[in-house]
Formats: sequence, structure tokens, C-alpha cells
Amino acid sequence: MSRSAPRRTENHKINKDLFVLTYGALVAQLCKDYEKDEDVNKYLDKMGYGIGTRLIEDFLARSCVRRCHSYSEITDIIAQVAFKMYLGITPSVACRNSSRNEFSLILDKNPLVEFVEELPAGRSSLCYCNLLCGIIRGALEMVHLTADVTFLQDRLKGDSVTEIGITFLKKLEEKRYRRKK
Amino acid sequence: MADEALFLLLHNEMVSGVYQAAEQGEGENGRCITKLENMGFRVGQGLIERFTKDTARFKDELDIMKFVCKDFWTTVFKKQIDNLRTNHQGIYVLQDNKFRLLTQMSAGKQYLEHASKYLAFTCGLIRGGLSNLGIKSIVTAEVSSMPACKFQVMIQKL
Repeated sequence: MSRSAPRRTENHKINKDLFVLTYGALVAQLCKDYEKDEDVNKYLDKMGYGIGTRLIEDFLARSCVRRCHSYSEITDIIAQVAFKMYLGITPSVACRNSSRNEFSLILDKNPLVEFVEELPAGRSSLCYCNLLCGIIRGALEMVHLTADVTFLQDRLKGDSVTEIGITFLKKLEEKRYRRKK
Repeated sequence: MADEALFLLLHNEMVSGVYQAAEQGEGENGRCITKLENMGFRVGQGLIERFTKDTARFKDELDIMKFVCKDFWTTVFKKQIDNLRTNHQGIYVLQDNKFRLLTQMSAGKQYLEHASKYLAFTCGLIRGGLSNLGIKSIVTAEVSSMPACKFQVMIQKL
């Protein structure tokens, strides 16, 4: 296309809009189908899990990440490589406990809620971006790491930032044995 | 672009999710297709608004269809429509020989019976886009051999 540069960035933005708008339409449809917020949240998490188990292959193929030796390295890679690659944002990472298996990703900008001003009336416990939790959980499981991923804070619910908490459940020492093979 | 993988996976999950829910709740095929098409409709409306914010006014129906085939399709599916045919009386056939949402599925006749599920969203996308440009239409899709497919747009004269 012989258009100027601004047009190209616009197209790239439209592409991201496609995903964001589709996600919005999906959540709207789920709100119509399920009355309880927990059901919608669970469904979004399940869908995210399915996506995550496949997305990890795409991620590993595109990025050349080296083997990780600790949970904090993994969380850093999720924040700095994966989120950047797929959503164009880089959340900051914080460690939440001394045994270094609980981490938080703090998103100050969330592209998924670009067109969402507030949660609909009567849906105050809806985790709008629960798909992200499912995606992270599914992706980690495909690399043999079990984790609990939930939203700790959500801007849409009135908190100041959006925070995703990742709690790794499996010991990393087992992985070391597999690596030696 | 990495975004594409995300949208493709989300779309596939949506299709399987809608059908799984239908299995549990005695819904039939038609209702699932309608659900997916309606979601596509919403998205199409929003997308076309953002896309045509700064473009010039369209001269006529054919101009709009050409826009859909070239610019819109390129932005959404990274390629243009390969063939546009019309009878100049309100029916347009858009042919895509390598439809992005079907390339990963099969390259021939395998899984042909499932192809319509994966086209419903895009039919809605086209219908929603046209609707916000002032054209009321009915969009259907047919596949004879993947990944090529044809979208038929029937303009409804008000």
C-alpha cells in the first residue's frame, strides 16, 4: 500500500481493536447467557485456559527465551516478553512473599478494557479480563508448571491498578532433573 | 503479527464454547450460528467506525464493497479479497482463496462440514460493517474446498 506511515500504525491499531472488540462482544454475550458473575468468570477462565495451552507454542516459537531457573525469571518473561508481544504492554512484576513463589503483575494500562468505561449494572463481581488469568494458567501448565492465577485488584471495580496474582504451586527442583536428561 | 494468533485462538475457542454450551442445553446448530453471527455483527459495527473515521465519503454501493474487499479485508485478514463479482442488482460475491480462519484447519475437503461454524463470525463482521455504512444486507458463506470460501452479500433495498 502506498500510504504514509500514519496509516500503517492506524492499521496496526485496528488489528488490536479487532481482538479487543471481539473480546467485548464475547463478554457481552456471556453476560446475556449466564446470570451469575461467577459463571461468567469461570467460563472466561476456561476459555483462557484453552487459548493458553495453544498460545504457549506460538510464544515459544516466536521468542527465543532461554531456560528459566526460577519463578521470578518466568514471571519476568511473562511480563516483559509475552505481554509485550501479544498485548503491547509491559506490566511490572512484584514478588509477594519470601519463599518467592507468589508474584504480582501490575498493569497500569490494559488494552482489553480500552472501550469499557465501567462494569454493567448488577455485574459488580465480574472479572472482565479473566481470560488473561486462564491464558497464563494454561500456558504455564503446558510447560509443566502449575499455578493459581487470579485478579487481585481491578481498575474496573474501583481499585487504583489492575493486579494479576500468580502463585506457583509446583516445586522447580523436579524440573532440574528433567533438564539433565 | 503476534496479535493475529491471539484473535485466531480466541475465535476458535468462541466457536467451540458456543457449541459446547449448546450440547448441554439442547440448542441446535442454527442458534449457535446466529449467536456467532451476532457477535461478529457487533464487532463489525465497531471496527468499521474506527476504520472509516478519516476516509472520504463513498460514492456508491460498489465503492463500499470495493472498500470492504480491499482495505477492510487487508486490515483484518492481512490480504485482499481475491475476486469480487456482482450482478449489479444488489448481489455481491466475495471470494477469498486462502481464508485466514480456515488455513489452519484443512487444505481440501477434510472437515468441510464444520467450516460453516468458523465462517459465521466473519459473515456477521461483514454485515455489521455494511450496516454502519448504511447498507442493510444478508451475508452467507459457502465453502467447497478449504481454505477457499465465498461470501455472498445480498443488499436489502429498504
